[in-house]
Amino acid sequence: MTTANQAAIERYRNNFLKEVEANVEEGHMVKMCMQCGVCAGSCPLGPHWTHSPQKIFMMIRAGKRDEVLGSDSMFMCTSCYNCMVRCPRQLPITHIMHGLANYAHRLGLAPKGQPTRDFATLFWNNLSKKGRVNELMLTLQHYFRNGLVAGIKEAMAMQGIGLGMFKAKRINPMEIFGGHGVKDLKGFHAIIAKAKEIEDRKKGFTA
Amino acid sequence: MAKKEYAFYPGCSSQLKASASNYLVSTNSMCNKLDIKLTEIPDWNCCGASIGYCEGGELPRIAINARNFAQAETHLPGQDIVATCAACWLSARESKERLDASAQLMKETNEALAAAGLNYKGTAEVRHMVEVLIEDFGYEGLKAPMKKSLEGLKIAGYVGCQTNRPFGIAGESFENPMYLDKMVETLGGEALTKYEQKVTCCGGALAFSEPEKSQKQIRDIVESAYDHGAEMIVTPCPLCQANVEVYQSEINKKQGTKFNMPVVYYSQLMTVAYGGSAKDAALDGQLIRAEKLEKIAGK
Repeated sequence: MTTANQAAIERYRNNFLKEVEANVEEGHMVKMCMQCGVCAGSCPLGPHWTHSPQKIFMMIRAGKRDEVLGSDSMFMCTSCYNCMVRCPRQLPITHIMHGLANYAHRLGLAPKGQPTRDFATLFWNNLSKKGRVNELMLTLQHYFRNGLVAGIKEAMAMQGIGLGMFKAKRINPMEIFGGHGVKDLKGFHAIIAKAKEIEDRKKGFTA
Repeated sequence: MAKKEYAFYPGCSSQLKASASNYLVSTNSMCNKLDIKLTEIPDWNCCGASIGYCEGGELPRIAINARNFAQAETHLPGQDIVATCAACWLSARESKERLDASAQLMKETNEALAAAGLNYKGTAEVRHMVEVLIEDFGYEGLKAPMKKSLEGLKIAGYVGCQTNRPFGIAGESFENPMYLDKMVETLGGEALTKYEQKVTCCGGALAFSEPEKSQKQIRDIVESAYDHGAEMIVTPCPLCQANVEVYQSEINKKQGTKFNMPVVYYSQLMTVAYGGSAKDAALDGQLIRAEKLEKIAGK
């Protein structure tokens, strides 16, 4: 168990709602949910969730900390914002889902090997390296996430698409040597480092 | 002097040899014909996209967007920031609204920006290219540079998610926005207004991480276009375009369908209607060639 997780348990005891309000992006809006279920019925990935947003919100109030932070549901969010624009109480549901996923991920409680958790991590690390996304490396790193053999198999299966993108001038093989990026990389990295430092201190990730 | 000037935020996919390079090329052609001057925000960076949430967190995401705002304010004062990518627009506008609403967040963000010697004042507006076209030019204004009609082209307007929700275009509904259809009609094309997958999610980044789940979405989007007799799909979003076009061959392979539906950007339609060549409209950037549009461009 991470020390940050240990510290959060000791600090909030049985009040998980309070913990979410203090540490999760837009978490202060969770208590506004009136359990109507419109979000659950609006999600394009609805059939694949273990818990709908509606259930997640009630579970937070019921103090089901392990179940919520260990759920794969938040990672099913495609960020389509359908739930959010339909919510009669105007909860920023998409942002709360993102916030919960981030919190669970940072505490080390999110499900291991969840493919969108892994891809999302890869995406952020990719963009923060050079300041702009290196699409070729993102694709390759994703294909080879489960090792060399699986990667070659997956890349081979997708080679038709890769070749099509190359012919259409929509992918650049030379990106393997670097690719697009910002010029003031030092400044860009300094901004992220400072922002992370402030956020980590506030949310107790550095405990 | 150009009629209008904007601080352009193209985003990662709209760079040369990136996945939406056809969007970039056709946007430049379209703006040229409309006498719009786009100046790239100097040294702009990635917006973080929605999928950046997991590792990126809240403040780092907002801070990198604010870096772009600060650059625009300093180097292109008084100009609105205009994004063509739905995700760039959403992340930027979302960041701006949060910063506008919270002095605390503004303080923390500027503390982060100071690490690179930057400061954000909160003056630059963040808009989508479609907003610029509709609000600053209007449908009538968009007709002005027309050289050709897209007459006879049956087009399904696929708006998708992030150009539509949570912000959308002022005056439009989330469930059935009409602006893309109106743009098609303005250009003389036939808009398939009964196309019911107009605002369905393509799966977004999950097209990579959960391909089966998102390919079900894409199948619905393409199938419905066929059902309504569409000859092509048009979209304002680079991820919608890529997902819906690129994965048709995968779906064919796995599910035995025979999809071959071109998916183009509104900027490609407009470039052709404004008399641009197939190359100006970057129609050579399609994986599934939009032959009917190429034919009009070649006339």
